[in-house]
Amino acid sequence: MIGRDSAGGLVRRPLSPHLQTYRWPVTMLSSILHRATGIALAAGCVLLVWWLVAAAGSPAYFAFVQGFLASWLGVLMLLGWVAALSYHVLNGIRHLVWDTARGFEKPGLNATSYAILGGTAALTLLVWVVGFAVWR
Amino acid sequence: MSDSSKLSITVRRSQLGQVRGLGAARGGVRHWWVQRLTAMALLPLTIWFVISVLGLLGAPQSAVAGFVAAPVNTVLLVALVAISLHHAEAGVQTVIEDYVHREGSRIASLLAVKALTLFLALVGIIAVLKLAFTAVH
Ligand code: HEM
Repeated sequence: MIGRDSAGGLVRRPLSPHLQTYRWPVTMLSSILHRATGIALAAGCVLLVWWLVAAAGSPAYFAFVQGFLASWLGVLMLLGWVAALSYHVLNGIRHLVWDTARGFEKPGLNATSYAILGGTAALTLLVWVVGFAVWR
Repeated sequence: MSDSSKLSITVRRSQLGQVRGLGAARGGVRHWWVQRLTAMALLPLTIWFVISVLGLLGAPQSAVAGFVAAPVNTVLLVALVAISLHHAEAGVQTVIEDYVHREGSRIASLLAVKALTLFLALVGIIAVLKLAFTAVH
């Protein structure tokens, strides 16, 4: 590949191997999941606003939206939203800790990545057990 | 150490590459900082929201409306909607800048995200305010 050096001249750059070449370290998974959950949550904002609009709308419209959210597709979306938020929040806290220039040692990075994956499963399960228990 | 005055290094940098600190417009870390500040605000807000919604599952519309209209909840919901969409807009902007390389498509998608998030935020806030100002207490 042809690139430019910092003085503006043309240089030939080596190409690094593409993604498929690597064994996936858990940190790579954990990084891309932050992006994926961020995008999922951004889409989830539509759901949040839709629910608020329904609450402010006619009884028929509220019933319609309530019905959709209670359907299998709606439940799946809510489950996904809780899982995405759990991951994004836990990993987001790690991001904020990184911003203080702490927590960059390799063993620690692997450990916190696994802990966050486990924590996501636990948090999601907790919210859902409580959710189904209190659902009227 | 005594002959350190003879040492020299050549730094090959373009003038553009020498921009230091916050840059000419003093805006260098603005976007990064917005992402962090909104993240810190969303941390308690999203936890509060999930717990609140758990208490509203399957509730009748009057209960949901009453919840939204309670002054503290009105304020927190407006904050949640506004800050979520601000954080989402800044975040999706980063993703677009990483993957969309053609200038025209990049500008078009960035503007579309700005418009969409602003619109959603307005709709959400107005729905909350409508409930806050019309609910019978
Ligand atoms: C409605 C809620 C949220 C939405 C829609 C959302 C969305 C996003 C998006 C789209 C990104 C960009 C991802 C990327 O650049 O790869 C992002 C980044 C980020 N989010 Fe969130 N997020 C939400 C909640 C939170 C919360 C509660 C936290 C708090 C811990 C948080 C912390 C972060 C951080 C620290 C980043 C920057 C990551 C980086 O620089 O790579 N987010 N978010």
